[in-house]
Amino acid sequence: MADNYDDDISLTDYTLGQDQLEKIENILTKDLVDSGVHSVLLIDMAGNIIAKGDSGRYEHDLYSLAALASANFAAVDTMAKIVGEDEFSLLFHKGENESIHFSKVHSEFLLITIFGKEISLGLLRLKVAEAIEKIKSVWSL
Amino acid sequence: MAFVNLKNKEVQAKVVFYGPGRGGKTTNLEYIYNKFRDRIKSDMVSIKTHGDRTLFFDFLPFDIGKIMGYDVKIQLYTVPGQVKYNATRRLVLKGVDGMVFVADSMVEQREKNLLSLKNLQENLTIYKKSIFKIPLVLQYNKRDLEKQGIPVMPLDMMEKDLNSQLKVPYFEASALAGDNVINTLKKIISLTMASLQNVLK
Amino acid sequence: MASDDDRSVTDYTLNQVQLERIEKILDSDLVRSGINSVLMIDMAGNIIAKGDNGKCNHDVYALAALASANFAAVDTMANIVGEDFSLLFHKGEHESIHFSKIWNEFLLISLFGKDVSLGLLRLKIAEAIEKIKSVWH
Repeated sequence: MADNYDDDISLTDYTLGQDQLEKIENILTKDLVDSGVHSVLLIDMAGNIIAKGDSGRYEHDLYSLAALASANFAAVDTMAKIVGEDEFSLLFHKGENESIHFSKVHSEFLLITIFGKEISLGLLRLKVAEAIEKIKSVWSL
Repeated sequence: MAFVNLKNKEVQAKVVFYGPGRGGKTTNLEYIYNKFRDRIKSDMVSIKTHGDRTLFFDFLPFDIGKIMGYDVKIQLYTVPGQVKYNATRRLVLKGVDGMVFVADSMVEQREKNLLSLKNLQENLTIYKKSIFKIPLVLQYNKRDLEKQGIPVMPLDMMEKDLNSQLKVPYFEASALAGDNVINTLKKIISLTMASLQNVLK
Repeated sequence: MASDDDRSVTDYTLNQVQLERIEKILDSDLVRSGINSVLMIDMAGNIIAKGDNGKCNHDVYALAALASANFAAVDTMANIVGEDFSLLFHKGEHESIHFSKIWNEFLLISLFGKDVSLGLLRLKIAEAIEKIKSVWH
């Protein structure tokens, strides 16, 4: 990909101070990576990575993944509207070794977790829900 | 990879508008949609960001009537122009039959046009298609800005930059005002249909 | 890399009889089992064949474009993490969408409501896909 010229940076409706970002990355690491999640991304609906946590053992192209995830989320949302649904509940994708789980944070962000067999889907969901509550509270501080 | 339906006598072909971010790809489709609203039965689908930038694609199916006994439906798509969306941009090119490259005439966008065209060539290669063989039309957009005192590149400079090897039809256009938008569309449709002709016989 | 534009028109050809057979399968196997609407599309988003119960008037061309994009995006995400996610399914309050691959070339998109169980649906779709594949032979 050509990184050698800069795109107009889109203005964001949200602002996060360095403090808040650090808190969020802390939550991602402690609540999710330390529970066995391989990688976790907090992205906005334009596919920008806000924060991430990583076990350091995987080298996935997380920037492409973020762009695809936001585009895909919007495509699914549009399909829902066409068939008369408000939205489809977010599902996860199960693979042999790696699975991906998506959760909305407010209506502005997506939390993407990539995990393997070390953690059960039930536990993952619980951990993700807890992390999201903590992330939300970072805004209201 | 157009689909020719021998049962319904219908052809579906895919035309993709490509080019640098904020170059006017979506504006082209919006103009076409407004101009032919009575002929377009469905809504234009736009998957965009809150900031009104294309995130995945715009989609507009356009019935052009009968050609050689077939009802021809041209599916118009745009790609997201921003560099960071290359993974999604690539997906939109799947099965493309014809392309419009919308270049931005503003002087300061010169480099972006070149990089976007190079990116198109690379992305077509993934689908084993050649930029030199696929039906392609160049559109030099935003020519109207000159009247507002905003510097635009001279035509021969853009031709030399973008079309010296390709040698494809080009139009000077203003997608916002609608200048040459329909001529661009007509040209790419005729090139695309010509390339499909041997299967319609 | 060699370009093969010459063959890009259609990698598959289906004559009128084959298309009629496919639409018949969609109708008798899926629509009559309670599916509201079913589309067979190619990976570029073109509609190859369709069937519906006459009660839903969704914009099927937009749906086909979105569904192929959705599938391609999920497929690419899978590749990024080194996987192949085969199952795609969206559950709604009243209407759900199920995706199945037919070889690597086509997708079968089924829209169904609450009156159909997912288990039965999967069975019917699997049967229909086998029949569709046999249309080529």
